[in-house]
Amino acid sequence: MSDVSEAGRDRAAQEAQLRAVWANPSGWRYWTSVNNTQVGLWYGSAAFAFMLFAGLLALLVRAQLAVPENDLISAELYNQAYTLHGTVMMFLFAVPIFEAVAIFLLPPMLGARELPFPRLGAFGFWSFFIGGVFVCGSIFFGAAPNSGWFMYPPLATSEQAGIGADIWLLGLSFIEVASLAAAVELIVGIMKCRAPGMRVNLMPLFAWYLLIVAGMIIFAFPPLIAGDLLFEMQRMFDWPFFDAARGGDPLLWQHLFWIFGHPEVYIIFLPAIALLAMIIPTFAGRPIVGYSWIVLAAVGTGFLSFGLWVHHMFATGLPQISLAFFSAASEAVAIPTAVQIFVFIATMLAGRVIFSIPMLFAMGGIAIFVMGGLTGVMVALVPFDWQAHDTYFIVAHLHYVLIGGMLFPIFAGLYYYYPLIDGKHMSERVGRLAFWLMFTGFNITFLPMHITGLRGMPRRVYTYPADIGWDWLNLLSTVGAVVLGIGMFAVVVDVTLHRRRKPKGEQNPWNAGTLEWVSEPEENWGVRSIPRIESRYPLWDQKDLARQVHAGEWYLPDAKEGRRETLVTSVLDAEPEQVLRVGGTSYVSIFCAATLGTVFIALTFKFWVVSLLAGAAFLAGVIYWLWTGTGEIPEKEEKDIGHGISLPLYASGVKSVGWWAMFITMSGDGTAFASLVFGYFFFWTRHEDFMVGLEGPGMFWPLVALALFAAAWAATVAARETNRRGGLGLSRVLLGAGVALSIAGCAAGLAGPWSYGMDPTQHVYPAVVWVLVIWAAVHGGVGIIMQLYCLARSIAGRLTARHDMELQNVTLYWHFMLVTALITFGVVGLFPEAL
Amino acid sequence: MWRLLPRQIESMWTLFTAPVVWAVHFLACYVGAAIFCEKPHLLGGDFNTLRVGIVVLTVMALSMIVISALLAWRQWGFGTGDPPHGDPTRRDRQLFQGYATLLLSGLSFVAVIYTALPVLFITDCIR
Repeated sequence: MSDVSEAGRDRAAQEAQLRAVWANPSGWRYWTSVNNTQVGLWYGSAAFAFMLFAGLLALLVRAQLAVPENDLISAELYNQAYTLHGTVMMFLFAVPIFEAVAIFLLPPMLGARELPFPRLGAFGFWSFFIGGVFVCGSIFFGAAPNSGWFMYPPLATSEQAGIGADIWLLGLSFIEVASLAAAVELIVGIMKCRAPGMRVNLMPLFAWYLLIVAGMIIFAFPPLIAGDLLFEMQRMFDWPFFDAARGGDPLLWQHLFWIFGHPEVYIIFLPAIALLAMIIPTFAGRPIVGYSWIVLAAVGTGFLSFGLWVHHMFATGLPQISLAFFSAASEAVAIPTAVQIFVFIATMLAGRVIFSIPMLFAMGGIAIFVMGGLTGVMVALVPFDWQAHDTYFIVAHLHYVLIGGMLFPIFAGLYYYYPLIDGKHMSERVGRLAFWLMFTGFNITFLPMHITGLRGMPRRVYTYPADIGWDWLNLLSTVGAVVLGIGMFAVVVDVTLHRRRKPKGEQNPWNAGTLEWVSEPEENWGVRSIPRIESRYPLWDQKDLARQVHAGEWYLPDAKEGRRETLVTSVLDAEPEQVLRVGGTSYVSIFCAATLGTVFIALTFKFWVVSLLAGAAFLAGVIYWLWTGTGEIPEKEEKDIGHGISLPLYASGVKSVGWWAMFITMSGDGTAFASLVFGYFFFWTRHEDFMVGLEGPGMFWPLVALALFAAAWAATVAARETNRRGGLGLSRVLLGAGVALSIAGCAAGLAGPWSYGMDPTQHVYPAVVWVLVIWAAVHGGVGIIMQLYCLARSIAGRLTARHDMELQNVTLYWHFMLVTALITFGVVGLFPEAL
Repeated sequence: MWRLLPRQIESMWTLFTAPVVWAVHFLACYVGAAIFCEKPHLLGGDFNTLRVGIVVLTVMALSMIVISALLAWRQWGFGTGDPPHGDPTRRDRQLFQGYATLLLSGLSFVAVIYTALPVLFITDCIR
């Protein structure tokens, strides 16, 4: 008897300690929380609020178009309203909402306490929030972007575009940083933080999808960042990248925008389908049919979606053979997309479906999406696209795809996962009403637009004459939009008011099989103890698992040292490898987001000094963050996680999560760089004489720069090796030498175009050479800061032969730096000689 | 014949082999055609040279995908076990990887043929 009560006391003490370690601060300090549950909720709420705002803008647009010759709002406000509607829906809702859901759901779904970089997650959220408020707020000052959500030059580079274009470019670049941060967090989380035993064949399908999508973000967003950079250089400093009179070409923007823009559609679509892949098995009461086929579809779509971008450019006069390649890929992507739909249908046929509210939204979404997919197959054909291009047919198509493929599944997810937020259901009655209002409202709005488009109504017109057969169709669309709006309003009311009415439901109310339903809404620790997973649907197949987890009978049931900890496991078989100590509550995330936000906002208004000061503060914040929050040498080598397993507390090199984060970040960075190099060769193909008789940077300085950067790389690698063998002194000397060589490399790189007096405003050739060289020099600068950081850590005794994580990661950065230098200086120095 | 194939690698990356071949083939076709049509004198030859070039690339890509499919078939145990491969064992994980890789090889094979089809019909750099 006394043993039992003692065990109970132990357990209570363990729980209290765990609760204290994972607790959020109270009062206003609550906003410094970094826990995935809070950050996920904030992220989701903010994205939802932005969506409602953009929805109101859409109603404004529809009101203006309700009747012919209308002048309800001014043409300028109309332009701002539709531009902001598209921009906000794509950048501030569609992508962030999935990041929000992933940050909220993934840790319990994978059986982790937390994602590996919680402070990075919080930094991403605050960046998103600040950037989003900045971009949305602009319309209240009449300063919103007004040239359409894809910002085509020459319209968007003209004076007419006003400051709105800068707000778009800089505000969104900032938000893209947030997306990349989230992608790094998600990839490392899914690959390395799964519960023991959750092999890749047992991973929840949501995680599979998110892994692919986060990978797509790493390769899709950087081309847009590169495009933004070129665009802003033109707007701020008159570098003529898109000015045809000085050798530039507006088409380059279209390429860079759509290399981002088309994968983006699938970046939005796949996570929504991932939600369906979780919901449908639950309500069919059986495992998904064709797990491997879903993986095929996710990976296949992820790849093929990068071969579609030119189908947005069929009307730009590219050679037909090029158009045909993209048309072919656009048709091919229908195969994996359809596979997913058939898998869902098969699962429903094989099970006994319960038509709950989430299932209603799921089914409605699939029906709408299939229709959008079929018009997609139509517009993927070049001759048809030439007819439908830039008409309301396209508006109808894209809304069918996005609302069916994304909005309805998100609502399904909202109804399905709401009990995980506070243990309560949303209203069944309101849900049913909302669904039918939204479904009918949607179809009344967008079905007629196919006909409006085929009757020739172009996108983005402010108004139209009465006698050409567009009027009743437009009125119908406006009526439908109001019905759709009422349906969404019903959901908003339900979300905000239901808390007062509903009693707390039981845990796992839908009797789902996946692990996220083991999490307790009132607790902050993710999972009480981390179980060993033996099935794709552990709550169905592993009897008594939920009780064991809650009783703390599994791994890592305590936090004896008072630290937030989670498990790191191997990629394929999820064998435990390390106990990872993650960052806790901190101001540093908000501080860094605020200062970086100030950099971008000050640049918009050309407040150079403010921008520079904020940049310095951001850098200081990041260094403080790294110095105090990462690479800590633990007080002991290993920690016992229970069941006779003891794991190391420190890892470096390829075993550490930081190494993976660096690798993934630099892959994205390399993609942005590749986009700039693409720009260089794009301009070369567009001109008979690329250099138009202008001076190049010569061969001498580029080759000297290359040699110096190669030497700096060698010094860094040698520093790592000597440090590993215990030669701390020599390693410090080598790091110092690396710094000196890097500084000389940056200077030599810039000396090329400088010494030949290349004027970047004169023609696109000098401009593109300068931009490549500056890119390399800035990366050299970052490399210098990293070398100095390692040097300081070594001198402070925080970087030793055994604990060398920082130096390993910096060396990895320098591998990428070497490739950057090789390509930059090879291209600008040698390519003109080869011509 | 199986002895000619390389030893089995245990890695997450093998899953992506066939789609990567598709991507490289796609990019080569697009870049090749773009440069050919913008700078006809640089590469020399007429449009038929380009078409033949793309056919050669396509045959190479398809062969690589077939090899990847063979490796995947071997990893899938030559089809001896049926899906769902959902057991918590190393063997089922390997079977799953093999099966998924095989499916992706099939999709990539079809997608490469899709990409190459235009050269059957288009005979010029018309715009």
